[in-house]
Amino acid sequence: MSMYFTKEHEWVKVEGNLGTVGISDHAAHELGDITFVELPKIGAVVKQFGVLGSIESVKAASDIFAPLSGNVVKVNDALELAPEAVNESAEGAGWMAQIEIANESELKNLMNQEQYNDYLKTL
Amino acid sequence: MQLIYEQSVPGRRGVKLPASDVPAAPALPTPLLRKEAAGLAEVSELDLVRHFTNLSRRNFSVDTNFYPLGSCTMKYNAKVLENSAALFATFHPMTALLPGGVDFCQGTLGMLHDLGLLLAEITGMDEVTTQPLAGAHGEMTGIMLIAAYHAAKGNRAKKKYVVVPDSSHGTNPASAAIAGYEIITVPTAPYGDMDLELFKKAMTDEVAAVMMTCPNTLGLFNPHIKEISDIAHSHDALMYYDGANLNAIMGKVKPGDVGFDVIHVNLHKTFGTPHGGGGPGSGPVGVKKALIPFLPQPRIVKDAAGILQLETTNPGTIGRTANFFGNFGVMAKAYAYIIMLGGKGLIRVSEQAVLNANYIKERLKPYYDLPYDMTCMHECVFSASKQLAHGVHAIDIAKFLIDRGYHPPTVYFPMIVKEAIMIEPTETESKATMDAFIEVMIEAAKTAESNPQALLDAPLTMPISRLDETKAAREQNVCCAW
Repeated sequence: MSMYFTKEHEWVKVEGNLGTVGISDHAAHELGDITFVELPKIGAVVKQFGVLGSIESVKAASDIFAPLSGNVVKVNDALELAPEAVNESAEGAGWMAQIEIANESELKNLMNQEQYNDYLKTL
Repeated sequence: MQLIYEQSVPGRRGVKLPASDVPAAPALPTPLLRKEAAGLAEVSELDLVRHFTNLSRRNFSVDTNFYPLGSCTMKYNAKVLENSAALFATFHPMTALLPGGVDFCQGTLGMLHDLGLLLAEITGMDEVTTQPLAGAHGEMTGIMLIAAYHAAKGNRAKKKYVVVPDSSHGTNPASAAIAGYEIITVPTAPYGDMDLELFKKAMTDEVAAVMMTCPNTLGLFNPHIKEISDIAHSHDALMYYDGANLNAIMGKVKPGDVGFDVIHVNLHKTFGTPHGGGGPGSGPVGVKKALIPFLPQPRIVKDAAGILQLETTNPGTIGRTANFFGNFGVMAKAYAYIIMLGGKGLIRVSEQAVLNANYIKERLKPYYDLPYDMTCMHECVFSASKQLAHGVHAIDIAKFLIDRGYHPPTVYFPMIVKEAIMIEPTETESKATMDAFIEVMIEAAKTAESNPQALLDAPLTMPISRLDETKAAREQNVCCAW
């Protein structure tokens, strides 16, 4: 199981043909207290770097982008009542959606953990 | 402070009427009668007067304090302008729409028509509709005009995208999305404006429009604006100008001259009419010739005899976008503002607004990080990143300012600046007022180093102290409690 990141600070954990998606600890920290997460609908078809959902904090509202293309097969409904889970565990219990990966070769457009850590240092 | 409903005592009245000494009128038919009482507060006249007078004393407005809210142009609203709106107060807004009614309202229609001409002159457009009721409504109208333009050329389906810079007002992509477009966002370059190379890559024949604020939300004028509009036009994409920051450039640049095709103007910002609870707003939209066929109707046009008529039969129109020609009272005030200041006065407005913003920028630069360090237009954007090292965020500085009697500047916008503090003094503030504000901002910066907790605890002088903004946003229970 490996974790990949986008420049827009989403992560995806790949297990078989499924990718679990969320925003990074860094992004959650930058956004501040998260107040609302708009999740995609199950069955939605998303393209890599296309809009997957949106997230609101006391500071800002931002889009969440899909790290990979595919079908949304599962969403983390718990976030509707408890969006603070993203602040508490952005890269764990604060996951947002699970995607059935359409094209694994798209992973080459993402960063691995080490590359992402280096990328954060440049910001 | 109690709610007016909490002060209610059954049977208490402001005015007690004498017993009727004439026969009672027949009762209204049952379906027209209330099923239960209206639930109004029962208070004396004095209770009522005190309640609302005390409430009004808690009001914070540009009439009471400095209000440097970036991107909002909270300038002082000259009281004489209220008189201009009052002149029209007795006139019925339906008059022009009655058969033959235009003969009775050449004056009111003339004011709207002339205001359109003045705004067209200021913005370099060919015609202006005064219907849109606010800035975002103007954007919506403008994007619908752009959609109608492409549809008339048979390109509605092909033109799928609207390009916006990442520093744009959030309403820009929202308006375009509501009108059915997909949004392409172009990042900001280190020079503080939309990255020209990335913009070129984003532009294809499928782009319907480019929406820009110029100067942008960093308060910077885009030096490549003509090149950007030339590129957009080469793809038959139209240029949309968000007029929110027009206060910086009046008489200096006409958006129409640098390639913009559609513009909305916020009368309540640039043209000195109240907003922010004191509104309503008004967002007239100006267009170049090619878009006139699509303007909202009724459109006020002069006939051969010089009489103003209402054009209602244009098949290309996007339709009516507001009742009664828009927010008429706001337009009456804006018209009076423009006439009162004249061309030279409006130029001085912009010059003074820019000078004031640069004065604040230069004086606060030693104390606050200025991520885009260059001459600004009407507003400047600092970052509280220096203060963050002591655990103090932009919001804490904002709360501290409240204790010192200032409305906080805009914070956390634009989103491309971390811990943004966006200050727009406007032209109506004196040097003395700005100096006093600057001293308090310096005090905040020093307190962030010496006693950060004092900022985290602010405000202490208000009826209630720090609000839990997260709880307020997460638990949106706003039901009436009485």
